[in-house]
Amino acid sequence: MSAIQPLLDVSSLTMRFGGLLAVDGVELKIMPQQIVSMIGPNGAGKTTVFNCLTGFYKPSAGRILFRGEDIQGLPGFKVARRGMVRTFQHVRLFKEMSVVENLLVAQHHNMNTSMLAGLFKTRAFRRSENEAMERAAYWLERVNLLEFANRKANTLAYGQQRRLEIARCMVTQPTLLMLDEPAAGLNPRETEDLKELIAELRNTHKLTILLIEHDMKLVMSISDRIVVINQGCPLAEGTPEEIRQNPDVIKAYLGET
Amino acid sequence: MTRHNFKAAIISAAVVIALTGLLMGVRLSQSGGGLIVTGAGPDVYWKIAAAALFMFLFNLFRDQLDGLWRALPGIPKSPAGLTAVTEKPVVRRLFWCFLIAAALIWPFYADRGGTDLATLVLIYIMLGLGLNIVVGLAGLLDLGYVGFYAVGAYTYALLAMYFDIGFWPGLFAAGAMAALFGFLLGFPVLRLRGDYLAIVTLGFGEIIRILLNNMTWLTSGPNGIGGIPKPTLFGLEFSRRASDGMQTFHEFFGIEYSSVHRVMFLYFLALVLVLITLYVINRLLRMPVGRAWEALREDEIACRSLGINPTAVKLNAFTIGATFAGFAGCFFAARQGFISPESFTFIESAIILAIVVLGGMGSQVGVILAAIIMTLLPEVARQFDEYRMLLFGLLMVLMMIWRPQGLLPMKRPHLELRT
Repeated sequence: MSAIQPLLDVSSLTMRFGGLLAVDGVELKIMPQQIVSMIGPNGAGKTTVFNCLTGFYKPSAGRILFRGEDIQGLPGFKVARRGMVRTFQHVRLFKEMSVVENLLVAQHHNMNTSMLAGLFKTRAFRRSENEAMERAAYWLERVNLLEFANRKANTLAYGQQRRLEIARCMVTQPTLLMLDEPAAGLNPRETEDLKELIAELRNTHKLTILLIEHDMKLVMSISDRIVVINQGCPLAEGTPEEIRQNPDVIKAYLGET
Repeated sequence: MTRHNFKAAIISAAVVIALTGLLMGVRLSQSGGGLIVTGAGPDVYWKIAAAALFMFLFNLFRDQLDGLWRALPGIPKSPAGLTAVTEKPVVRRLFWCFLIAAALIWPFYADRGGTDLATLVLIYIMLGLGLNIVVGLAGLLDLGYVGFYAVGAYTYALLAMYFDIGFWPGLFAAGAMAALFGFLLGFPVLRLRGDYLAIVTLGFGEIIRILLNNMTWLTSGPNGIGGIPKPTLFGLEFSRRASDGMQTFHEFFGIEYSSVHRVMFLYFLALVLVLITLYVINRLLRMPVGRAWEALREDEIACRSLGINPTAVKLNAFTIGATFAGFAGCFFAARQGFISPESFTFIESAIILAIVVLGGMGSQVGVILAAIIMTLLPEVARQFDEYRMLLFGLLMVLMMIWRPQGLLPMKRPHLELRT
C-alpha cells in the first residue's frame, strides 16, 4: 500500500505576467497536519504562489492537487469551499462590520441561505444561525477576542485584527490554512502567542498549515518543513535544520562572500 | 485679500461675462431670408453686469465668507443621549407603529387629491426601497432601474390586453418577469464595477424604453396601452357598474357609490405593498445574504477567499431589486390605467436614484422621507416646473456639501453575540 497521500501536491507551478516569470517550476508537497513554511527574499514570488494556489491567479502552467483533486484554474471561492483558506499580507477584515459579523459572513456558504427560510424565520433558519453564532463564539474565545465580539472590527488593535483574521478563516472549517506573513507587525509577545495558536491549530484541530513568514525565529521553531524560493525558483526544501545548513540558502540570504 | 483671490475673482467675472454675454446678451432674429444678430435689451446687460460683479466679489472675499460660514453654528448634531434613545428597539418599534398608523388614517382626513398624491409617494417609496437594495446595500450603481419598472408595468398591461389577466395574477407575473430581466441583465453585467456598471445599466434602461417604443405590433409603441383593468378586492370592482359576472364594492357592502373608494383602495393597496417591501428588506438585512452584501461592498477579495461567490451574491441583489420594481410597475399600470414608454424615461431612474442618495444610502426611513420630499416638492412648487431639474441639481449639490451621507444615514441592524 502506498504511504499517506499528500494533502497538497503542487508540481511545476509556473506563473507568467507577460514577459515576467514570477514563479518558475515550484514544487510543493504538504502532508496532512504538517506545518510548512515558505521563505525567501522579498519579491521572490511567495505571495504569487499563494495567489495561484488559492485561485486568485490562474497559473500559466503546472498542476495543483488538493486532497487528490485538480484545483488549478478554479475560481477563488470554489477553492475556499474545498477547505483551503488563506489570510492576506495586509489585514482584510470587513472593517465596518462587528467582530462577530465578520465570522458570520465567513460562514455564509455553510449557513441556511434559502430566501424563504430567512424571510419567515423558520426553525431551520434559526438553528443554522445559532450554530453559526456558537462556532463564532468558540473561535473568538480561542483567539481571545470574545470580549470584543460586538465591537466594530476596525476598532481592534492591529494584533487583534490579525487574530480575528485567523478566527475568520477557522470558522469556515478548513483543512489547509494558509497564512501570508501572519507575524508581520506583531511585537515579540504577540508573535509568541501566534506561535502557540498555530501549534494548537495543528495539534488539537488537526489542521495543516502553510505559511509565508520572514520571522526566522518563528519559522525555525514551528515548521516541520521549509521551502525556500528565490526569484520565482525553488531553491531548497527540507527540515529547518537542513535549511539552516544549506549553502545555497545562506548565499541567497546573505549574498555571495 | 490675497493676490490669488484677486486673480480668481477676475477670472470668474470674465467667465460670467463671456458665457452669459453670448448666451443671453445676443439674440438671433429672423429677417427676411436670413438671420441677424441683435443685442438684448439693457435690462439683460444690467443683470449680466450684476452677476459678474457678484462673482467677482464672492471670489474676492471668499476666505472671509468661508470664515463667517464656519463661525455660524452648524446644523446641530443630535445629542448623544437622543441617539441612544432613538436606537432602542422599543423606541424604533413605537416610531414605526406611529408611522404606519398615520399612513392608515391619512386617506380618511385627506381629500381625494391628497390621497392620490400619497399613493404616488408610496409608489416612489417602493421604487426607492427596491433600488436601495441594489445601490445602498449591495453597492451596485444602477442607472437603468426604470427599465425593470417598465418591464413590470408592461407585463401586466400586455397580459391584461391579450389574455384578460386580472391584477393579482398580473402582479406576480410582473414581479417574476422583472426578476427574470434583472437576472438576465445581471449575468453579463456584474463583472463590471463602478462607472462601467452604471453605464451599462443606463444603456439597458434606454434599450427597454426604445424597444417598447418600437415594437408597435406588440405594445402599440408611443401610443401606449390603455384600458388596463383596475385592481379588485377579492373580485369586487371599484366602479359604478359591475362588468359581466362581477360585483362592485358598493353593491356588496350596500353603500352609496363613491369614486373616492377606489382612490382609497389604491392607496391602501400601495401601502400594503410598501409594508411587504419593508418587511422583506428588514429580513434580508438580518439574513446571511444581507451581511454578504455589506461584506462584498467592503472587500470583495476577502469575500472570495472565504468561499463567497461574489457574482451570485450581486445577482441576488440585482434580481430582488428588480422584482420590487416589477411590483411597483404593475401597480403603476393598474393605477394609471394607461401606460406608454413616456413614463419610463431616464429622468425617472434619476429621480429614484436621487431618492436613495438623498435619503441616505441603505437607510429605509431615509428613503421614505426622501420619496415624500421628491414627490411633494414638484407638486407644491408647480409654478417652478421649468426649473425642476435645476432645483434637483441644486438640492443634490447642497446635500453633497452638507450631508454627503444622506438625510438619515443607514444604521444596519447588528447581530449581537450574547454571552
